[in-house]
Amino acid sequence: MLKKLLGVVLALVGAFAVGGIALHRNEPINALWIITAAVCIYLLGYRIYAAWIASRVLGVDPTRATPAERLNNGRDFVPTHRAIVFGHHFAAIAGPGPLVGPTLASQFGYLPGTLWILVGAVFGGCVQDMVVLLLSTRRNGRSLGQMARDEFGPVGGMAALVGTLLIMVILCAVLSLVVVNVMKHSPWATSTVVATIPAAVLVGLYLRLWRPGRVLEGTILGAALILFALVGGGWIDHQPWLRGWFDYSGLALAGFVIVYGFLAAILPVWLLLAPRDYLSTFLKLGTVILLGVAVVIAHPMIKMPAVTQFVDGTGPLFGGKVFPFVFITIACGAISGFHALIASGTTPKLITNEGDVRLVGYGSMALESFVAIMALIAATLLDPGVFFAINSGAGIVGATPEAAVQTITSWGFPVTVEQMQHLAHAMGETTLFARTGGAPSLAVGMASIFGSTFGEGLLALWYHFAIMFEAVFLLATLDAGTRVGRFMVQDLLGRAWEPLGRTSWYPSVMLASGIIVGAWGYFLYVGVIDPNGGVNILWPLFGISNQMLAAIALSVATGILVKSGRARYVWVTLAPLAWLAIVTTTAAWQKIVSPDVHVGLFAAADDLAAKLAAGSLSPERAKVAPQLIFNQRLDAYLAMLFTAILWFVILDMARISLRRLRGQSVPESSEAPYVATRLKAAGAPS
Amino acid sequence: MRARLHRVWSWIRALSGDDAYERYLAHHARCHGRDSPLSRREFCAREQERRWSGVSRCC
Repeated sequence: MLKKLLGVVLALVGAFAVGGIALHRNEPINALWIITAAVCIYLLGYRIYAAWIASRVLGVDPTRATPAERLNNGRDFVPTHRAIVFGHHFAAIAGPGPLVGPTLASQFGYLPGTLWILVGAVFGGCVQDMVVLLLSTRRNGRSLGQMARDEFGPVGGMAALVGTLLIMVILCAVLSLVVVNVMKHSPWATSTVVATIPAAVLVGLYLRLWRPGRVLEGTILGAALILFALVGGGWIDHQPWLRGWFDYSGLALAGFVIVYGFLAAILPVWLLLAPRDYLSTFLKLGTVILLGVAVVIAHPMIKMPAVTQFVDGTGPLFGGKVFPFVFITIACGAISGFHALIASGTTPKLITNEGDVRLVGYGSMALESFVAIMALIAATLLDPGVFFAINSGAGIVGATPEAAVQTITSWGFPVTVEQMQHLAHAMGETTLFARTGGAPSLAVGMASIFGSTFGEGLLALWYHFAIMFEAVFLLATLDAGTRVGRFMVQDLLGRAWEPLGRTSWYPSVMLASGIIVGAWGYFLYVGVIDPNGGVNILWPLFGISNQMLAAIALSVATGILVKSGRARYVWVTLAPLAWLAIVTTTAAWQKIVSPDVHVGLFAAADDLAAKLAAGSLSPERAKVAPQLIFNQRLDAYLAMLFTAILWFVILDMARISLRRLRGQSVPESSEAPYVATRLKAAGAPS
Repeated sequence: MRARLHRVWSWIRALSGDDAYERYLAHHARCHGRDSPLSRREFCAREQERRWSGVSRCC
């Protein structure tokens, strides 16, 4: 009774908040409306939709023993309390995507992004994560690729593997580009980010040599070191003789990041990767909680209009209309195919009871989506003029501050050079113009929230704290992505010649690492030399690839639902799959064939080639033009490849499903047989 | 109060993975009482290698 009452209250408050957002049109709105609407929608989704899916669609059975119980080995298979699994799973799925995507999507106004983050998460992302988590739990924690192979056949499995590898390359490229843009000509940011590397190594040594496995001690040591580095960075920034040592151009930083990525892939994990991950997780959870508290206390006004004129496709951050590009750009905050890789693999081996998948799968993604909402708030509370001045590339608004403010003001978003200088000074930077990639504007937004909550005096420190947080976050994913990419390349090479598949054979390690780092390093290089900032091309490509992976995961889920005789509920995964297929295909199609040079990759390449031939480019642009032309064509072919893989997997799933519905033979289900559980309840840590 | 603090501390340790070795020892004593368990150093080294060999982080 009480629960029902709570549900009714939630529904009423949620409806009131959503109504409030919808009715606030030509006046600024308080962020509290968005936060209230979001929390109510997540709770309703969790309490009603997720509970229904768990019991009816998935047939979650609390009496069934999970692999953690049946295969308990005290290491990876361990029955764990659901709150702990929730923490681990959330820490694993939370990445920089939901911070960057919503910031970029804010060019359309706050409304399109907010709506898709909420609707996409409740009906898409959370459902995907929960369904994949249960399916993998029923299959002893098998990975998405293995499930695709077992349930559909080797061809579908191969497509999933190649798709994942390509995503890894694009992901690492775009993340490294964001990191480079954060550090470009910022001695404070660069010195802080550089200092996190020896800090991580020191923690690694501590945990390996002196105090094995004392993770908490190591984390506290590391956190103290990087906070010291943060303050030290501010000191370095004020020493004219030291500053120069950390003041680099984008190209030089790209070189450092590439070397760093290669080292992270070949060095033993305990030295760099694992300790860096402890620090990043600590920072991530700490900052997310801090941001949540600060947003509620500060509840800033949203200054960005609900919808801007850029829904027509002329936006300065990236080209393309609100449909389909808001969905592509938001990516991980609403639905992320990547989560399916975590939900199948590590997490299922910790689940004590099938009933926990709702909290762990659906709940973690709802929280991740809430992080996306907070990032969107941090971006849209800035004056729109400031937001566009930070995020627009020099190639679009003009290379000088005067030209940039003039262009942006002419769009109806007034901003002045003095305002930008004042802001940059307050944040401890020399300039904030054309800091593309989303991270700097998010840091400015976060610093304003933290500043108004915890004291205005430390704005520069808060700004660089936010920058360091984002950079550590981005680099941790870059490390992990490069290393996983290396294993995948070795797996593929090993099929051609067995010794290349040995993960500890050094020539093969070097070769595979070189291939993967070379691949993302190439895209990073082109992004850095691109006068438009590069993110405008790479992020949509990343969005397309990530949504493609989500579609693969939903295809696997849909096929398994049909195969297990639950075809009448298949719309639960089929509807988000259909939507993603439409969105991804439309976006890829426009990237390939659109005659608009801001959207179509071939059109942009042809346009640039024509200008180069006519000699109408400035000398420095003419120098990089051939590389940009080649890259835009390459990106167009990649978009085609992603779409081809997507439809290939969908059709393979449809083929198997139709065979099953017609009563023909299909590959046998790989579900582990039922064993009754003997555990009473998940033990809380004692 | 003390018991509550102890509980909070246990949760923090479990969330961060600080207690992994103790949990392994408990499991080992329950299921493989006869063989001697891995040393702390050995266990932690193997665990780290295993945990960071697959997809451990997202975007």
